[in-house]
Amino acid sequence: MSSIEERVKKIVAEQLGVKEEDVKPEASFVEDLGADSLDTVELVMALEEEFETEIPDEEAEKITTVQLAIDYIKDNLG
Amino acid sequence: MTLQISLEGKVALVTGASRGIGAAIANMLGGMGATVIGTATSLPGAEKISTRFADAGIAGAGKVLDVTSAESISELHVAIKNEFGAPAILVNNAGITKDNLLMRMKDDEWDSVVSTNLTAVYRMSKACLRDMTKARWGRIINISSVVGSMGNAGQSNYAATKAGVAGFARSLAAEVGSRGITINTVAPGFIDTDMTKVLPEAQRELLLGKIPLGRLGSPEEIASVVSFLASDAGGYVTGETIHVNGGMYMA
Repeated sequence: MSSIEERVKKIVAEQLGVKEEDVKPEASFVEDLGADSLDTVELVMALEEEFETEIPDEEAEKITTVQLAIDYIKDNLG
Repeated sequence: MTLQISLEGKVALVTGASRGIGAAIANMLGGMGATVIGTATSLPGAEKISTRFADAGIAGAGKVLDVTSAESISELHVAIKNEFGAPAILVNNAGITKDNLLMRMKDDEWDSVVSTNLTAVYRMSKACLRDMTKARWGRIINISSVVGSMGNAGQSNYAATKAGVAGFARSLAAEVGSRGITINTVAPGFIDTDMTKVLPEAQRELLLGKIPLGRLGSPEEIASVVSFLASDAGGYVTGETIHVNGGMYMA
């Protein structure tokens, strides 16, 4: 089983159509990876499915970088 | 190339499908190959829809739905996904009137019309959008009314909701167009249904005089426009309000 980091990076790369090596922990979805607001909503949906969880809207809005996504998953599913 | 109107393999959800325009829409989408879920407010109503579909060889079923209840919408959506798959086509047709002069209008006459005709469109669309964005294909078609554009004395509540869904459609069309989802509004004029049968004869005559085609429309004439929008043939139309009214209002 791949680590949470790897799974999150893979989903980010798939959803935003970027290379996995560009998905650095500090990368911001909007500023660095070119996501628009709808992309970020879809990204959260994809994370919810991958990790079989529901991320409340108020939490989802705070997940703006790759590291924040990894942290959220770790804190809530770890 | 022929007109691409097959809906084979698509699941369509039509609210208010037990009679009138909604019944005609559900039947026509089913005839084009879609699996159709038609909703009614009561169990006998839903059973009648199921029987009608079975008689016509349409795949799908009638289901009970209270469009004013977020819980009922969410339960139905889960049930449809489990039984038939996620709806790719949503027709927001269920609607009510509670006519009154504004100065006599009660809060509940306003609230119930807004809740059924407008808030339900928001809730239903939100419930279905997630799977449509994933599929990169979707159709949401709202049934409005000519009254939403023309206005009509005694229908300020109804007209507000019917104009509201058209604005909703334009905004949502801008939001999700990049995901291959179109959102449109069909605005019927006076159609021969239970809703217009209650009009007094004198008012009926007066209305007919204002319709260049000189007759009421049939539910099927609305259903055929909805069906076009639902199909691949209508794929480049979005955010639009299409008036189907025999010429009584030309926008």
